[in-house]
Amino acid sequence: MRLVILETSAYVAEWSAKYVMKRINDFKPGPDKLFVLGLPTGSTPYGMYQKLIEFYKAGKVSFKYVKTFNMDEYVNLPRDHPESYHYYMWNNFFKHIDIDPKNVHILDGNATDLVQECNDFEQKISEVGGIELFIGGIGPDGHIAFNEPGSSLVSRTRVKTLAQDTLEANARFFGNDISKVPKQALTVGVGTVMDAKEVMILITGTHKAFALYKAIEEGVNHMWTVSAFQQHPHTLMICDEDATLELRVKTVKYFKALSAVHHKLIEEDIPLEQYRTIH
Amino acid sequence: MALTLKQFKNCRILRNHKIQKEDLWIRNGKIINPEKIFFDEKTKADIQIDCRNAIIAPGFIELQINGGFGYDFSYSDDTVAKGLLSHGVTSFCPTVVTSPKEIYHKVLRKIKKRAGNEDGANVLGIHVEGPFINVEKKGAHPDQYIRNFAMGFETVMETYGTLDDVTILTLAPELVNSCDVIKELVARDVVVSVGHSMGDLKHGEAAVSCGASFITHLFNAMLPFHHRDPGLVGLLASDKIPEGKTVYFGIISDGTHTHPAALRIAYRTHPNGLVLVTDAISALGLEEGKHTIGQFEVEIREGKAFVAGTNTLCGSIATMTECVKIFKEATGCSTEYALEAASLHPAQVLGISDKKGTLDFEADADFIFLNDDLDVLQTWIAGERVYFKPT
Repeated sequence: MRLVILETSAYVAEWSAKYVMKRINDFKPGPDKLFVLGLPTGSTPYGMYQKLIEFYKAGKVSFKYVKTFNMDEYVNLPRDHPESYHYYMWNNFFKHIDIDPKNVHILDGNATDLVQECNDFEQKISEVGGIELFIGGIGPDGHIAFNEPGSSLVSRTRVKTLAQDTLEANARFFGNDISKVPKQALTVGVGTVMDAKEVMILITGTHKAFALYKAIEEGVNHMWTVSAFQQHPHTLMICDEDATLELRVKTVKYFKALSAVHHKLIEEDIPLEQYRTIH
Repeated sequence: MALTLKQFKNCRILRNHKIQKEDLWIRNGKIINPEKIFFDEKTKADIQIDCRNAIIAPGFIELQINGGFGYDFSYSDDTVAKGLLSHGVTSFCPTVVTSPKEIYHKVLRKIKKRAGNEDGANVLGIHVEGPFINVEKKGAHPDQYIRNFAMGFETVMETYGTLDDVTILTLAPELVNSCDVIKELVARDVVVSVGHSMGDLKHGEAAVSCGASFITHLFNAMLPFHHRDPGLVGLLASDKIPEGKTVYFGIISDGTHTHPAALRIAYRTHPNGLVLVTDAISALGLEEGKHTIGQFEVEIREGKAFVAGTNTLCGSIATMTECVKIFKEATGCSTEYALEAASLHPAQVLGISDKKGTLDFEADADFIFLNDDLDVLQTWIAGERVYFKPT
């Protein structure tokens, strides 16, 4: 695992966007060689999307041959609801870039057969040969996508009933009315993300500090589902200073000492391959 | 071509009362939601149009225009409909001033509601201004043809012959039988406007409760505001307006017909009801000199139009674009408001704001390109470009 500790959340946004750009460009995608990207929603990745749009507009990266799979979506929420992840992805990313709509995959929470929808999603991921880079954020309780505490660490894409804590946390997006918060979501499983060739997790803010501690300093535990990525060969955690507050000094110092190496990961003229050994 | 999916890029569009950086997508003459295209149809635009950072606003809607470019509507509406395109007007109500019965019977049958194209703006129906007005506030209308509702609605039908293509009717609310007439008109989907009137506030309020919903060129051809009887102007702040109803008012912001302070009073008192109208006459777009309006000779002097040989103003010769600019300058309102006062608000008067005067999804693709000085650069109707300013 790599842990990249950056000064601020703004820099986390920029760093992660540069990394995504570099991965796409190094991959040299084409009509017969699509770069497959797993995408999150939420406030943490928002800044990264903003930066990616900026790089796209500056002509530094194209999404023409990028295929995307989103992590999750609410069940029974109209697609044009401002809290739906379709709405989020369209407004915060897709409408600004040159991605082909045929290459975009978001779980349909309004599908008549939700189980079928989830199975099809897994099927589509395998058909394209798996996900090259899966980007995720985490919740304060250490969940990745909607894999709430207690989720199986080998879970696949499925319907998930949301934890009471999540409903309460989300009520603010639904006029502070908890009865309006969707009770279920479709989500990729921990196992689905584990299958990606590389996983990049963004963690910012003091409220995520305890989750980061649980993710990297304690053992693998299904109550903190993000901890599963300790067993992934290519996990890249990007966090800001605030998110490190619960970590030991030793941990922080160790990873900060590696920052020179980490920064080479986003330098435009150095091919990534030599740095992508297993950590 | 109609099913071509067009994406206007690099523009700022007026939507939800805000000018915002957003692309505009159209197909089949309508504004469409690109999110649905993306996720449902999974297709991209057939044509992308670079707008070079222009503002895209709903096309102007002109509820009161008597003519222009040498023609008035008792003669021809084609030339005017075409000429208006260059001023950003995508829809209008040809306005016919007080005329003899024979003229009405002929003209009201001739002018039809019709969809616009490169030959002219949409015709939303006729605005008949008179002859049921007060002779003391006749303005430029010929007094020998002014009438009253002697036989109520029967007189109305006998005078006009048909109301099939009449959308707005201006009358003086103090005339006997006016309430019954208003009810009959509203039942036929005619918007009733009060004006050319000596009526006091009570007359105005009675007319509104009978169904009137518009005031014709506020301040002009009505009693001046008086603090003990505010007259029709008082409708802007009346507490007798039925719950949920908005009384709209046309206002001529040509720099001549309404003083800037009067524009500000109207704007600050009742911003939701304010509708910019030009009240332009056939001399719009013409040189100084004598011209015909209805049965009258008019004279253009120093950029103003007078009844020939007098000092009575008889309509403006300002374009809608000029009125928008003058209004914004005089009131200090936002650009958004000024544009909506000439598009969304008039559409609301006619009850068509789901289709016209808006860039909301599913609305008609009638819009204009403007630069930051609010000069009209292009005009589009039903998704086709019908005018562009030569560079």
